[in-house]
Amino acid sequence: MASMLRCCSASGCRSAGGEALQQALVEARSRAGAGDGAPVIKAVGCLRLCSRGPLVAVDGPAGSVLYGEVPSARAAELLEACAAPPRAAAARRALASHALDLRHPFFALQEPVVLETCGLIDPESIDDAMAHGAYSTLHRCQAELTPAQVREQVRLSGLRGRGGAGYPTGLKWDTVALQPPGPRWLVANADEGDPGAFMDRAVLEGDPHRLIEGMAIAAWAVGADQGLIYVRAEYPLAIARLRRALAEVQARGQLGSLRLRVRVGAGAYVCGEETALLASIQGRRGNPRPRPPYPAQLGLWGAPTLINNVETLAAIPAILRRGAADYAALGTAGSRGTKVFSLSGAVRHTGLVEVPMGTSLRTIVVTMGGGVPGGEGADGGVKAVQTGGPSGGCIPAALLDTPVDYEGLRALGSMMGSGGMVVIDQATGMLELARYFMRFSVAESCGKCVPCRAGTVQLLQLLDRFCDQRASPADLAQLHDLCAMVKATSLCGLGQCAPNPVLSTLRHFHQEVVSALAVAPGGAP
Amino acid sequence: MVVPVRLSAAPKPLARPVLYSGFHPGAAMEQAKPSFPEASIPEHRHADALIEVLHQVQQQRGYLPAEALAQVARDLALPLSRVHGVATFYHLFALQPPTSHCCSVCLGTACFVKGAGVLVAALEQRLGLRFGARSPQRRDAEGSDGDAWSLREESCLGACAQAPVLRVDGQLVLGLPVSDPSRLAACFGALALPDRAAEAA
Repeated sequence: MASMLRCCSASGCRSAGGEALQQALVEARSRAGAGDGAPVIKAVGCLRLCSRGPLVAVDGPAGSVLYGEVPSARAAELLEACAAPPRAAAARRALASHALDLRHPFFALQEPVVLETCGLIDPESIDDAMAHGAYSTLHRCQAELTPAQVREQVRLSGLRGRGGAGYPTGLKWDTVALQPPGPRWLVANADEGDPGAFMDRAVLEGDPHRLIEGMAIAAWAVGADQGLIYVRAEYPLAIARLRRALAEVQARGQLGSLRLRVRVGAGAYVCGEETALLASIQGRRGNPRPRPPYPAQLGLWGAPTLINNVETLAAIPAILRRGAADYAALGTAGSRGTKVFSLSGAVRHTGLVEVPMGTSLRTIVVTMGGGVPGGEGADGGVKAVQTGGPSGGCIPAALLDTPVDYEGLRALGSMMGSGGMVVIDQATGMLELARYFMRFSVAESCGKCVPCRAGTVQLLQLLDRFCDQRASPADLAQLHDLCAMVKATSLCGLGQCAPNPVLSTLRHFHQEVVSALAVAPGGAP
Repeated sequence: MVVPVRLSAAPKPLARPVLYSGFHPGAAMEQAKPSFPEASIPEHRHADALIEVLHQVQQQRGYLPAEALAQVARDLALPLSRVHGVATFYHLFALQPPTSHCCSVCLGTACFVKGAGVLVAALEQRLGLRFGARSPQRRDAEGSDGDAWSLREESCLGACAQAPVLRVDGQLVLGLPVSDPSRLAACFGALALPDRAAEAA
């Protein structure tokens, strides 16, 4: 194998100096005289451990090493590290303090399925993607299987929607495919708005052809000949790479008659909700509408529309290549396969992890993430783990052994969400965090239905009283009532889930809530 | 119902000031048009390109001036209320001209946990601006606002692993040292943020 330097070119690493480092490597290589044996310098997608960026993986005859936080000035040593063993040894010794241990649980416990080629391929080169197998599963499906057989494989794999709600993907595909004859649409939901989530960004920036292949298989399986990818405007690099990948793949004719295009959002969280997303694609305000009819029956321009999240679609090529049974062997009975989480917040190792469903929170946060920096004890100083963004909740350290799957998290009053996992340390007040999420919901409520538009504002005012230590026991009762009302009566998921951060705080951190009550004149709270 | 389409290209207008150039409603429509049988396409479907058109206008003008919104409404044969409704719904559409410099703080969850609040307070002091505010407009003869800054929030930028995160004039700045005021001040200095507090003193 030719020796190679893989530079992480995801937007995080790029801004942390990765772009400059790659430039320095190219310059160092030309100074050294680029002969036939000169190492290849390749920009790749996310190499996972973002907190140590910029990351560079060195693949040489002496094996592969991942280096982090390498200053551009040491580019020449990185090049040396690619050489044959006797020469490489000195350079690798000199860089030892930057070397990351790939046997550390953060890397060793990962089970890459969706991210299997993310970090290996150049996201801006279709040739590189195809050399790693991109589009081969699509062609094999089209040659060897019927659309119904493909849908059956997806159904048997047990794959559920990775956008948060966890609806069985195979069932959704069948619903669209079995609508009366006529045009159908396919939409990839890349409006990753949950604060604290960046899994879809990693896929779009690091392996856009995997998403496109998944979309092509989905379109073929449900009989759609047009598709859109709705990307949020906050991800300029993802949009650029996706557009480039689409242009390349369409120029190669890999997609047959399928036409895919990118639509860019304009900054509205609610557009991640599927009916709001459809309204936005059609040039309207992103207001959700009641379901049924579901988009699978009545979607874009009145046609049956299949809407899947990026990670769901990116899992499809791997599922069909490995076989449904093989994929379903990963994970738990109700939640098959793997899930990508973005691990951030007060945790030592932040970045992207892909683990089988059912992995415990403790494994992810303490074993892989290393717990809170400077934290001690079995829980690694962790106070809580926030999952599911503004629709989810906080799980206290005492419940860290919970297996992470759809039902497990829901039973604790949180939810899987799209995969953001933010670690909370002792310094963060849970009520302030609940207020933070409620502010978010107030700002992002589309205003269509009253419980969400007015209820979230009232909830925020109540939370202000708690955070300012002037809440009364009556406020506490009202907080409970109002949460129940907003949850039960809001039109879409945003409103229905907006009280979740408050409810999970009331449930798991009741002591903190009670001690925030104003001290009555008599002295007792 | 079939709505008659009126394209801006058809009647030769009286010398109308060019509000935004290079935009062809026909082309945007073509992009947005699905390959349905022609019969099933209602004539008003070009309105579907509204958000894309607004993006184009904002890219060219930096914001969405009132005259441009009116022209978009005419070009797409839409009520102005609908154009205005969409322009005000989405956070990224600006109805005011941008300041020449902008500093925005990511308020994602990870940034919140890692001290975005401290960062906002430090920036408010440094720039002499309240969060969400902009320097007063003082445009000179050339229309330049000199050194005007705005300080605002940004929805999650997806760089959560390196929180807290800041964006200064489009450039992403990661992992700000919020717990160390002197290093933070040095960071601000390196980003050429004006020190209004020091200027005042």
